[in-house]
Amino acid sequence: MMRLKLVPSDTSIDFMKLHPAALVFSALLVLASIGIFLVSGLNLGIDFKGGILIEARSNAGPANVSGLRGGLEQLDLGDINLQEFGTETDILIRVQRQEGDEKAQIAAIQAITQSLGSDYEVRRTEFVGPTVGAELAEKGMLAVGCALLAIMLYIWFRFEWQFSIAAILALSHDVVSTIGLFSLTSFEFNLATVAAILTIAGYSINDTVVVFDRVRENLRRYKSYEQRDILNKSLNETLSRTVMTSVTTLLALLAIVIFGGAVLRDFALAMMWGVIIGTYSSVFVAVGMLAKFDLKRTEEDEEDGAVGDQGSTS
Amino acid sequence: MLQFESWKKLLVLFVVALGIVYALPNLLPSGEEGDSGLLPGQKINLGLDLQGGSHLLMLVDMEVVETERLNSLGETIRQEFRTEKIRFSDLKVENRSVSVSVRKADDVGAAEQIFDELGRGLITTNDSQSYQISLDEAGLIELRNQTVEQSMEIIRRRIDPDGTKEPIIQRQGKDRVLVQLPGVDDPETIKRLLGRTAKLTFQLVDTSLTGAEAITSGRVPPGRVLLPGDDENSQSYVVEKRVMVSGEMLDGATASFDQNNRPSVSFTLNSTGAKKFGRVTGSNIGRPFAIVLDGKVVSAPTIQSQIFGSGQITGQFSVAETNELALILRAGALPAPLIVLEERSVGPGLGADSVVAGKIAAAVGLVLVIFYMLLSYGLFGALADVALMVNIILILAALSALQATLTLPGIAGIVLTMGMAVDANVLVFERIREELRRGRSVMAAIDGGYQRAISTIVDSNLTTLFAALFLYLFGSGPIKGFAVTLAIGILTSLFTAVMVTRLLIVIWLERKRPRTLEL
Repeated sequence: MMRLKLVPSDTSIDFMKLHPAALVFSALLVLASIGIFLVSGLNLGIDFKGGILIEARSNAGPANVSGLRGGLEQLDLGDINLQEFGTETDILIRVQRQEGDEKAQIAAIQAITQSLGSDYEVRRTEFVGPTVGAELAEKGMLAVGCALLAIMLYIWFRFEWQFSIAAILALSHDVVSTIGLFSLTSFEFNLATVAAILTIAGYSINDTVVVFDRVRENLRRYKSYEQRDILNKSLNETLSRTVMTSVTTLLALLAIVIFGGAVLRDFALAMMWGVIIGTYSSVFVAVGMLAKFDLKRTEEDEEDGAVGDQGSTS
Repeated sequence: MLQFESWKKLLVLFVVALGIVYALPNLLPSGEEGDSGLLPGQKINLGLDLQGGSHLLMLVDMEVVETERLNSLGETIRQEFRTEKIRFSDLKVENRSVSVSVRKADDVGAAEQIFDELGRGLITTNDSQSYQISLDEAGLIELRNQTVEQSMEIIRRRIDPDGTKEPIIQRQGKDRVLVQLPGVDDPETIKRLLGRTAKLTFQLVDTSLTGAEAITSGRVPPGRVLLPGDDENSQSYVVEKRVMVSGEMLDGATASFDQNNRPSVSFTLNSTGAKKFGRVTGSNIGRPFAIVLDGKVVSAPTIQSQIFGSGQITGQFSVAETNELALILRAGALPAPLIVLEERSVGPGLGADSVVAGKIAAAVGLVLVIFYMLLSYGLFGALADVALMVNIILILAALSALQATLTLPGIAGIVLTMGMAVDANVLVFERIREELRRGRSVMAAIDGGYQRAISTIVDSNLTTLFAALFLYLFGSGPIKGFAVTLAIGILTSLFTAVMVTRLLIVIWLERKRPRTLEL
């Protein structure tokens, strides 16, 4: 029977030869991401900086963006951003945080809905006050920080400390470059983005753990091999699985991007990027960093080792 | 790994059966859940972003309440000092405390006696003969708890007067209230309903000077207060501070029309209110009294005759406004103003569209993954696909059984889990391939594949579970929903990959006893 194999069964790619170039590339990527972030910053959504977001649908054909803009600008609400959302009848209105207290924000929402009139159906209203915005930003950072820390501790507990450092470097690489991508593209950075980043972190570490598991197993099994060869062998052995899982996940995400509606599209796009960068970083950054260490090959931690090792006496 | 005791087989079958039973209600058309009586579960609880509704996070404005409390303390002190003939000066409320100076040193003892008897939760400090009385920590906490609890009760009565809308009204932190109301067509209505405290009082108007005169002279006689009219153009009034009747004495309120067919609100008073109103109106015939709502004079009719139990409020109202005002008056006044800190409202149209889009995305994602697995692993891919479908049934069942809320990002979580769920199977299958390449027999290869893959599977899934945990702990609303579905998805996919696929493979092995395996 025919089998679809994106990766041949017996690859022997010399990843170790590619690692120096990959590490330079990754270092540049991280530096560039930080640079872009510092220069242009993130396009923070109302979740974090406060403000008003209204999604409306035109009852009569395509939305008249310029007409609407004219009407809304007369309200004198400061920065107003209008964009089509998904289809040409749907429109997203973003208004900056209003001067004054929360009452001023509510008044602004009322003014906008009145200005839209009966030609438009208001489908979604979101308003985040400055207090809550600051809290959400704090919680978001706390969530990412705690998750990274917990993952690091877990890897440290399950593997040697060298693995833990390599894993966390790979993970940070993914998080930083994702933030860099958001700075570069000016995609809106909101609560959903934080969720996407955490999921990316989970996915990326998942990938890394699979490779590391194999490295650990091979370190024990092939004591006479060079460390370099073991890393290469482990990567080649897991390559087929790495690609297979990435492709299935990407297929599922692609379905969301195409059919899941405008609200989920950015979320799913961010995750697709995360799957790609996470897969890359597991193979190149995590193992590349691991190669810098002199890994222990003693068996002192055999008893807490993988269950699978018990069957590998041959 | 290939020994499957019968009890384990039964357990797997039992879990799958249970999953189907709990997931089934979701297939019924809406409105039929719970009627059948045969199915145990309920439907999945859709989040506000999917069924439409309003989410409002509100701050109970304690500053206002504290000031009110201090003002009334100040009045008590004034009255007590008058009765005890204590001479004082500079009685005022400022900097979150009541301050007062006792004139004569002889009165200090009597004054301190009065301060001591003011009640609990207060702290008195003094600088020789000037005193400061403020709420202490315990007093503030008690006041806050009372105010927030009372506010929640009033909020419920205002937004859900018939008790049919299933709103969620929760206290958050010290002085916040979260209101979640499903299925609202116009979120502005709720904000209008909660936007005013609706403190209603009837106070006699001082006719010795007009509001305009008081504004120009800048002086208001003692015991009187200057109140603005209902809108910017209407006149202001000088009214007595003393309250004839207040909103607590209302028995009922309904929207109606007055004799000139203008929209108005009819009210009835309870017995205390009626008695008091009758007494005051009886002795003040011919004088106007002010109907004061939230510090503004709605109207100031002249008392034509003694009024007892009922009356009518007519102002510049539309019919819709009288309906809302009547509802608010029936529900009672909020003890403090509510400030909206965060609002997220989704119309029913968008919610329904999101559900449809989510279903299509999930179906397409499922088909893509199923085909890809089939193409990659043939028969074993098909077995993994069966497990994937079981996985989805279990996710739906778990969501229904736990009554967890499914949000739009939650749907994305389910679709993402489908992609990741097959990962455990992929890990096993790739291992089996390796074992086969090493020349192992079919049985040995499959056995070894499972043994070796399992620790990797557990490790990799646990780390993703960590990410989900932190999303749940720090996320809010829809993001929490995403974390829940992600976590449930990880657990169910562990079960289906390790148990269901393996059981299917074992059954296949027992039936066919294959000598070779193409994977």
